[in-house]
Amino acid sequence: MWGKLSWDAIPFDQPIPLVASGVVGGVIMGVLAFVTLKGWMPYLWREWITSVDHKRIGVMYVLLAMVMLLRGFIDAIMMRSQQALAFQSPGYLPPEHYDQIFSAHGTLMIFFVAMPFVIGLMNFVVPLQLGVRDVAFPTLNSVGFWLTATGALLVNVSLVVGEFARTGWLPYPPLSELIYSPGVGVDYYLWSIEISGVGTLVAAINLVTTVLKLHAPGMTYTRMPMFCWTTLATSLLIVAAFPILTATLAMLVLDRYLGFHFFTNDGGGNQMMFVNLIWAFGHPEVYILVLPAFGIFSEVVSTFSGKPLFGYRSMVAATMAICILSYTVWLHHFFTMGAGADVNAIFGIASMIIAVPTGVKVFNWLFTMYGGRVVYSTPILWSIGFMVTFVIGGMTGVLLAVPPADFVLHESLFQVAHFHNVIIGGVIFGVFAGYTYWFPKAFGFRLHEGLGKAAFWCWITGFYVAFMPLYVVGLMGMTRRMQHYDVAAWHPWLLIAAGGAAIILIGIGLQIAQLAVSIRRREQLRDETGDPWNGRSLEWATPSPPPAFNFAVPPNVQAAEAYWGMKQHVLKQARLDEEPAYADIEMPRNSPTGFVCAFFASFMGFALIWHIWWMVGLAALGAYATFVVFAWRDTDEYSIPAETVARIDRANRSARNAAIASHEAAP
Amino acid sequence: MAPIVLTGCQPAVLDPQGPVGLAQKMILIDSLAIMLAIVIPTIAATFAVAWWFRASNERARYLPDWAYSGRIELITWSIPLLTIMLLGGVAWIGSHDLDPAKPLPSNTPPLEVQVVSLDWKWLFIYPGQRVASVNQLVVPAGMPIHFSLTSASVMNVFFVPQLGSMIYTMNGMRTQLYLQADAPGTFRGLSAHFSGDGFPDMHFDVLALPAERFAAWIEATHNTGPTLDSGSYADLAMQSINTHPFTFRAADPELFQQIVTQKLPPGPGPRTERSHQSVSPRTED
Repeated sequence: MWGKLSWDAIPFDQPIPLVASGVVGGVIMGVLAFVTLKGWMPYLWREWITSVDHKRIGVMYVLLAMVMLLRGFIDAIMMRSQQALAFQSPGYLPPEHYDQIFSAHGTLMIFFVAMPFVIGLMNFVVPLQLGVRDVAFPTLNSVGFWLTATGALLVNVSLVVGEFARTGWLPYPPLSELIYSPGVGVDYYLWSIEISGVGTLVAAINLVTTVLKLHAPGMTYTRMPMFCWTTLATSLLIVAAFPILTATLAMLVLDRYLGFHFFTNDGGGNQMMFVNLIWAFGHPEVYILVLPAFGIFSEVVSTFSGKPLFGYRSMVAATMAICILSYTVWLHHFFTMGAGADVNAIFGIASMIIAVPTGVKVFNWLFTMYGGRVVYSTPILWSIGFMVTFVIGGMTGVLLAVPPADFVLHESLFQVAHFHNVIIGGVIFGVFAGYTYWFPKAFGFRLHEGLGKAAFWCWITGFYVAFMPLYVVGLMGMTRRMQHYDVAAWHPWLLIAAGGAAIILIGIGLQIAQLAVSIRRREQLRDETGDPWNGRSLEWATPSPPPAFNFAVPPNVQAAEAYWGMKQHVLKQARLDEEPAYADIEMPRNSPTGFVCAFFASFMGFALIWHIWWMVGLAALGAYATFVVFAWRDTDEYSIPAETVARIDRANRSARNAAIASHEAAP
Repeated sequence: MAPIVLTGCQPAVLDPQGPVGLAQKMILIDSLAIMLAIVIPTIAATFAVAWWFRASNERARYLPDWAYSGRIELITWSIPLLTIMLLGGVAWIGSHDLDPAKPLPSNTPPLEVQVVSLDWKWLFIYPGQRVASVNQLVVPAGMPIHFSLTSASVMNVFFVPQLGSMIYTMNGMRTQLYLQADAPGTFRGLSAHFSGDGFPDMHFDVLALPAERFAAWIEATHNTGPTLDSGSYADLAMQSINTHPFTFRAADPELFQQIVTQKLPPGPGPRTERSHQSVSPRTED
């Protein structure tokens, strides 16, 4: 009846996961009870859960990413404290628990923090920057988000029911095959990533279509903001790379469930085929994460320097070059398999070539600041912190791309330090810059500056204190994923690294405080005009928060930096242009398709993990029926009357008129 | 193993004790120097530009529309390109010089050692000498060693940081590696690729001995310990953690080939009591 599931699956004998999951479960129940008692459920259902508005979906992606960041960071703290304690001692985490923690940390941080954060920001910003009303496929967008949430849910269920994978964030066979990992941990990993991978893929298809096909009049490709270009490049990478991931993991599923021999030791399987395939996805994945961050930095540096982005065409060329080159380097993740000198040298050099367009980008940000008036707000602190940190991470990356150097650094903590250097220093700093920068657009008020800056200083200090020691122990020959060790020379460095993690913890605490304080003081921090930073792209032409339809009338784009040109024109004539003729606007109707489909997908994933076959069948049927019902719909749009559009737009126009008047009054 | 011994031989990539490690240290430092020549000025320029062009600086020139300069763009593309051309040369030459499968120049023929990674210990077979050891690698100093490597079960990485290059061990496959210890000493070796619960204890000591003492060790090994054949190998292939080093007085020289060609089946993995296992069992010491 219940497949492999029994009461043994609940870790009653292990206090740490039991207490942790008890607390998490309690918090979730408490929030649900509170929301229900307050009578907010209908509002949440109507305005958020079933919403197909790209802005709402973007916000929910970011929220998911932030909650999962906390979860992944708890794992990080546990790993750092275990390694700080486990010198000639077993520490407090036994191997079977420690191995799950580092696997869950990597899986969560890549697939359920970095991915939803960048996809959320792209979802929120790109249609606004392009001057359009929504993404190309609004309901599909909602499906993509909820399937991602399903994946995150399954990873977290593994905390309470059963176990998570003990095989690292990429489950290399044969360790991940049934013979060496008979438990459900690897299955939790596989189905979480399979289901959320579908969500990511549809999100990317949506964004590619949006950037290529939906534009405001006059918004040609070479007038698009840099963030739209990086979104295009990232989405193209996802469209090409995620099917490889899905197919590779599907082969591992077949090995584990149906006795296939793709990657097994016996029966003609080949483990290195998995390693090649997974990195054919895994390397583009690195750029999937970092390219949107590059786009965010381009926007932020330009806005807060009061200047256009330097070398726009170079930046576009560099972005698209990275997009293509990222497919040609996957072998550098396993130089040490003994492929031979020519193969290693060619892939080593190919990897280094990516550093060229990346280096160009750094120089172009530098020259964007050159001749500018740099306003030191929180987003630009993240950006400058990124430029300095990322250059160091890039340097150690190129070092690892030299095969003979990699032969002594591969799989060491030097490598761990390198990829945290580029992922924290690049992606995380980038999404935090974007979060601070676009927060007022999403919610109508700015985030508290002082706490934001304090959080930045804790993060960057904590990062250096936590990861520079890992470079050192890596050079001392310490490998990754050590649950305990007996080399005295490593111990002091790991103690320092634990201190660094504690500093980052303070930074995260300050960010939570920043959000709470900003919500309380939202009236002082209110963004009346919709343009709090003196922005240059079209998202700042809308009110904050933008109405469901984004633009009352489609903006007419005359040049690159569309909004900057309009603003200069308006300031010159010291008044807004004549009020446009408002018309009814058709917008897509909300749809519970995404949520209902993910509801069934969650049960299907859980049932597949536990071999509860009747539930698999029922849930698959339910998910399919959801789509049939959706396909049968008669009306898919609703109309916003011209009067409503006019009322909303006039309110914003009066705020902007007041701003123009005060601009005139200023000396 | 006494902690004093282990702390006495700290594994350090930057303290190499053989020709491979020395060459790799040089490539590491050369590459780093080439890149620092660009990276340090870039970081300095970032701070300088960001500070000088702060909004409150009255003396900084504001160029609100300056966004293109062909000359500067030429430089911004050239600098990383030239650096990478230089480093690419280092990578190409280094990859060929330090190919793990390339024999080391020496007057003496290399010592053959066959390495098998097991759950979770290392087996070293000396086919020429017909002996074997577990979790202890004894080699003659000043003489190249030719390792042939495979795995009994899951993937591992054979790595002796002070001697240089690491390489994968994979079941059903054979990899090769040449290393040499220049002088006698004790070095730490380990697995660099996560392989399961017993992974952190998968380390071993490498004893590099003068030639005559190595010969004496072989002689002494011939006199004690069990024999290694397919039967005792099957016992060895069972999962175990923290196996104390021991030696085999006789070893079947065909054994390695039988493991590589899977005539001997791969390691059995964890013992499972029930066919339907929800949670992978914990491995007891």
